[in-house]
Amino acid sequence: MLDSKIPAGKLEEKWVDYKGHCKLVNPANKRKLEIIIVGTGLAGASAAAALAEQGYKVKAYCFQDSPRRAHSIAAQGGINAAKNYQNDGDSVFRLFYDTIKGGDYRAREANVHRLAEVSANIIDQCVAQGVPFAREYGGLLNNRSFGGTQVKRTFYAAGQTGQQLLIGAYQALERQVALGNVTMYNRHEMLEVVVIDGKARGIIARDLVTGKLERHFGHAVLLCTGGYGNVFYLSTNAMGSNVTAAWKAHRKGALFANPCFTQIHPTCIPVTGDHQSKLTLMSESLRNDGRIWVPKKQNDTRKANEIPEEERDYFLERRYPAFGNLVPRDVASRAAKERCDAGYGVGTTRQAVYLDFRYNLINKYGRAEASKKGIQNPDEATLVAFGKEVVKEEYGNLFDMYEKITGENPYEVPMRIYPAVHYTMGGLWVDYELMTNVPGLYSLGEANFSDHGANRLGASALMQGLADGYFVVPYTIGNYLADEIATKPIPVSHEAFETAEKSVSDRISTLMNIKGKQTVESFHKRLGKIMWEKCGMARNAQGLQEAIKEIQALKKEFWSDVRIPGDINEMNPELDKAGRVADFIELGELMCIDALDRNESCGGHFREEYQTPDGEALRQDDKHMYVAAWEMKGEHQWQLHKEELKYDVIKPTQRNYK
Amino acid sequence: MEHYTMNLTLKVWKQKNANTAGSFETYQVKDISSEMSFLEMFDVLNEQLIRDGREPIAFDHDCREGICGMCSMYINGRPHGPWHGTTTCQLHMRAFKDGDTIVVEPWRANAFPVVKDLVVDRTSFDRIIQAGGYISANTGSAVDGNAIPIDKNKADKAFAAAACIGCGACVAACKNSSAMLFVSAKVSHLALLPQGDVERKSRVLNMVSQMDKEGFGSCTFTQACEAVCPKEISVSNISRLNAEYIVAGLTSENS
Repeated sequence: MLDSKIPAGKLEEKWVDYKGHCKLVNPANKRKLEIIIVGTGLAGASAAAALAEQGYKVKAYCFQDSPRRAHSIAAQGGINAAKNYQNDGDSVFRLFYDTIKGGDYRAREANVHRLAEVSANIIDQCVAQGVPFAREYGGLLNNRSFGGTQVKRTFYAAGQTGQQLLIGAYQALERQVALGNVTMYNRHEMLEVVVIDGKARGIIARDLVTGKLERHFGHAVLLCTGGYGNVFYLSTNAMGSNVTAAWKAHRKGALFANPCFTQIHPTCIPVTGDHQSKLTLMSESLRNDGRIWVPKKQNDTRKANEIPEEERDYFLERRYPAFGNLVPRDVASRAAKERCDAGYGVGTTRQAVYLDFRYNLINKYGRAEASKKGIQNPDEATLVAFGKEVVKEEYGNLFDMYEKITGENPYEVPMRIYPAVHYTMGGLWVDYELMTNVPGLYSLGEANFSDHGANRLGASALMQGLADGYFVVPYTIGNYLADEIATKPIPVSHEAFETAEKSVSDRISTLMNIKGKQTVESFHKRLGKIMWEKCGMARNAQGLQEAIKEIQALKKEFWSDVRIPGDINEMNPELDKAGRVADFIELGELMCIDALDRNESCGGHFREEYQTPDGEALRQDDKHMYVAAWEMKGEHQWQLHKEELKYDVIKPTQRNYK
Repeated sequence: MEHYTMNLTLKVWKQKNANTAGSFETYQVKDISSEMSFLEMFDVLNEQLIRDGREPIAFDHDCREGICGMCSMYINGRPHGPWHGTTTCQLHMRAFKDGDTIVVEPWRANAFPVVKDLVVDRTSFDRIIQAGGYISANTGSAVDGNAIPIDKNKADKAFAAAACIGCGACVAACKNSSAMLFVSAKVSHLALLPQGDVERKSRVLNMVSQMDKEGFGSCTFTQACEAVCPKEISVSNISRLNAEYIVAGLTSENS
């Protein structure tokens, strides 16, 4: 059993006690300690800023041309915080409870409670940085509602919340660059962790402009490198989002936890054809005002607006009256898949359902505006016009984006949406201090596995990324570095750096020398197809066993027939991609192994063999109440370590959103 | 919406690196679907080039949903192409028709040197932010988020300015390669908020000074920047910057 180092004591006192007793590093010593931070999304940028503010010497790395481009920027709907500004019954406990329940009882109580505790500080910090959250006319902060909750606790900035939060963290980071506390390495990719005497002491990074390998020392290394959704090829992730940094750490001994827990988001723009390079999310916040439906008749080819009200099946409202359109993502996705599989899908591919705003546009917003303007008995056209104005302010950019991609105007016709891969709950195993099992190697944000169990609630990814970076790691890292103050920077001529660099350079040469016939992209697409069909929204033992064999064969083919153009010592995006796809292939195999081993359904992991009579996920708490943390033992070989999950406060039950 | 396929001629800028001269190369692509995005059309071309044993075209891109600001193609004489308020990655092929010739260049500005093909170096923008594009609020020192009410109109205007994605289209479109729209958007975002008030004067002076140092040109207010901005950032921000700059210059304690 793994030790997660959860402090003793009452749940609500653990974090306070920890902070009161953890070791500290004095300001003079902080200046002597170097911290490497890989990735500059919400977790990485916030950690870099917060640690540099304290005086640590930080080196930060991103593969993009600027830290401001990290994919956190694309998060749309919002960030949760237990502020209870709406006086609707929210509290730290409720946010904690909703998150544990939403995660289908596969997350750690202590971590999630800490997350809920610091959530309020995040909002305060962001406001102080100038994040322009939505406000009421009285000047106070506005909130909206997200899936899996019955309160309004989500703070937002139109449909660009991630952008605004990341710009806030980026600006805090750039301020520290200006002050000389952070050295920024843009267009750099981490390709190896350097471990000396059992501790993480640095990285090998590749300059993506010159192709040169570089050695960097750090007293500690933080991986804030996001999720691995691109293993499916098509996902809402950015094109560059990858698992490479986390995978290198895994190959160096860091455990990879719950890899099969992936989130399929219900509201994305459907696939149009084989040319498709990525999928685009339509924020969950749209489910505040959009109603999801399909025709009641199978294979109905009428246009949406031609189908009368009584012939529409609002299947989420029908199946889940208590939460309606705001059920958690895993539940909504499966319900949409069920309808499409049963022949009720819409659009040319029949793999889509409608997300319709007309009802709320007229009845919620239109009427409120008419009433404000003192118009009695307004006609429908007036209501629509008023409603459009409000909807434009709330979600304008999302509606514009939908129209650009599909060529359809969602103010006039309902959006067509279908589930798509969006987020990965699994990731590097970390303890309560966010440290992996490799001393000195930390993982923050989506890259770790810690807080969302088997399903993440909407607006909680931004919360976790910033919690880890601003408010957790600044405390927990001191507890480690306090014992490192006597450690002098290790020269990068050390043999461990030498060996690490050589292994990276050998692998790159091997890849370049294959000179095969098939493109990197074609391998990535094939991997994605296997993963989506056999390890996607629904999985079964037979499919997973097949997938493992297919992926092993694909790996062999990749390493003997991939074609990478260009040279090593120049900007070569195909080479960058080849390294990432090679890692995705190995990860894909582990995901299938994990999914096969977890003989239950929970959250986003739906094994067809384990479901209730009405098709809900059926957990097997007596057998699978643990975190599955995998250790790599060799090619195609992993060993399972378990971290038992203890529920001291919440009693796990069958999730019920009815 | 009717979908169709098209055959196109592409003239694309190829340049090995910053120290080598570049030139246009001509490519043909076939059976491009009107449903593809512009970058997916480039994916098709690159796949074809790799299979033919030729060098693919390097271009910056990442999120492909119009928010990261990484994509940066100058298409038929216009940053991000023909659609208003749209990034290159959100431009779709239904904007073109069968038989079209499309010319694609990198951003052109002294402060954005070419790295390779269509990829340019925009770190000058980061350095402008380092000069003052932030509010100095150390983590943990903040008051309650609702302690200071903010006029909704001002908050909305601050948000509209903060929507800038830092892509650099404004610079690429400007005949003077001025970065005024980018800088003014950040100055406005922070000056409109009470939290940004304390550093208001030093911020505008330092950011403008850094902008000049980076080699961006002067603003002659032709407003080409606003016309091509994918986030439709208003030139009224430039007016606000000018006002902020004059007031700061006349009244700053450090001047």
